[in-house]
Amino acid sequence: MCENHDALSQAYLNYRAELIEAGLLIPSGVDGVYGRGGLFEDIIQRFEALVTQAGAPFKPEVMRFPPIVSRQTYLKTDHIENMPDLMGSVHSFCGNEREQRKMVEKAHAGEGEWVEALSATDVMLVPAACYPLYPAATGRLSKEGRLVDLKTFVFRHEPSVDPARMQSFRQREYVRLGNPQQALSHRNEWLERAEKIHRSLGLDVQVVAANDPFFGRAGKMMKASQLEQELKFEIVVPICSEEKPTAITSCNYHLDHFGLAFDITTAEGEPAHTACIGFGLERIALALFKTHGLNPQAWPASVKKELEL
Amino acid sequence: MYSDKIKEILAQHGKLSLDVNTLTDTSNLYDAGLTSLATVNVMLAIEDTFDVEFADSMLNRKTFQSIDALVEALEELTAS
Repeated sequence: MCENHDALSQAYLNYRAELIEAGLLIPSGVDGVYGRGGLFEDIIQRFEALVTQAGAPFKPEVMRFPPIVSRQTYLKTDHIENMPDLMGSVHSFCGNEREQRKMVEKAHAGEGEWVEALSATDVMLVPAACYPLYPAATGRLSKEGRLVDLKTFVFRHEPSVDPARMQSFRQREYVRLGNPQQALSHRNEWLERAEKIHRSLGLDVQVVAANDPFFGRAGKMMKASQLEQELKFEIVVPICSEEKPTAITSCNYHLDHFGLAFDITTAEGEPAHTACIGFGLERIALALFKTHGLNPQAWPASVKKELEL
Repeated sequence: MYSDKIKEILAQHGKLSLDVNTLTDTSNLYDAGLTSLATVNVMLAIEDTFDVEFADSMLNRKTFQSIDALVEALEELTAS
């Protein structure tokens, strides 16, 4: 077991070193936090064009939110109950000059406690691209419901040497708000559509039932419940390990969780059901570079054609 | 005796969409509006009230699907 674990850690470190050497990722000194090189960004943009193209027939509303969300919205999502260990809170300095001088002294003396001078602001780092949408959607939906195209950087506090486990990464999402049938169809149809997109890029993906990383013993109950109800599916592909493939895209049916929390109702006045597909953009690029090599010009012709390389 | 106490807990933490007193011991609690998050709160309240800890193998929807199922789980936990 330990040997496997060590081998896996080594595989992560090796791939990360290759990516940095090739200028695809730029290290920051913190595990899971990287700059992205131009070529890496280019592949993400080309992949996103495919996602935009696949979504175009359904005429989604495009919305872009910053990577922060109000504390009030954050609390309504139940993230604090479910994944407190992954949260990110934004703090700033609100003291006077004397307190500031003390803080600076401590900071320059290398004393970690300088952060004690900080206070919480009104915002949290956003853990999922769809969270800022829900308070903006409060109210009654039309019969057709809504389809929204979202993208932002999200934060997960889980430092790791695995280059595919970043603390800050982009999610591109299509979120459906409507009745149960509309939400479920969205989830199921996009799961199929996304699988095709990934396969067209030469990724040997699999669709698997999945659960979110809920916290603690209560989280065990949540995980079992999510799996039994088949609320979450992930599209996974081997990046650094065949045995432990990485989720690159996920499709979730939230039932009426966000409808109830944010007072979003169907045309008939029932709590709205929601579902989303989220593409993990960095992970998809990392899967492509791992599968086809670090030089996109040498990728298979069919993949280059899809990405218009 | 467990059953009455469980009903009290469900009334307080279950956020059910109907009156707990209309439930029979075999009524499906999920059909009565028990959500996953409410299930967690019911679980924690039962653990506090009866001073037990659900085994990991019991942390699934089946254990919480009816008052009868919960009584059965509690009997198993208190017998050991």
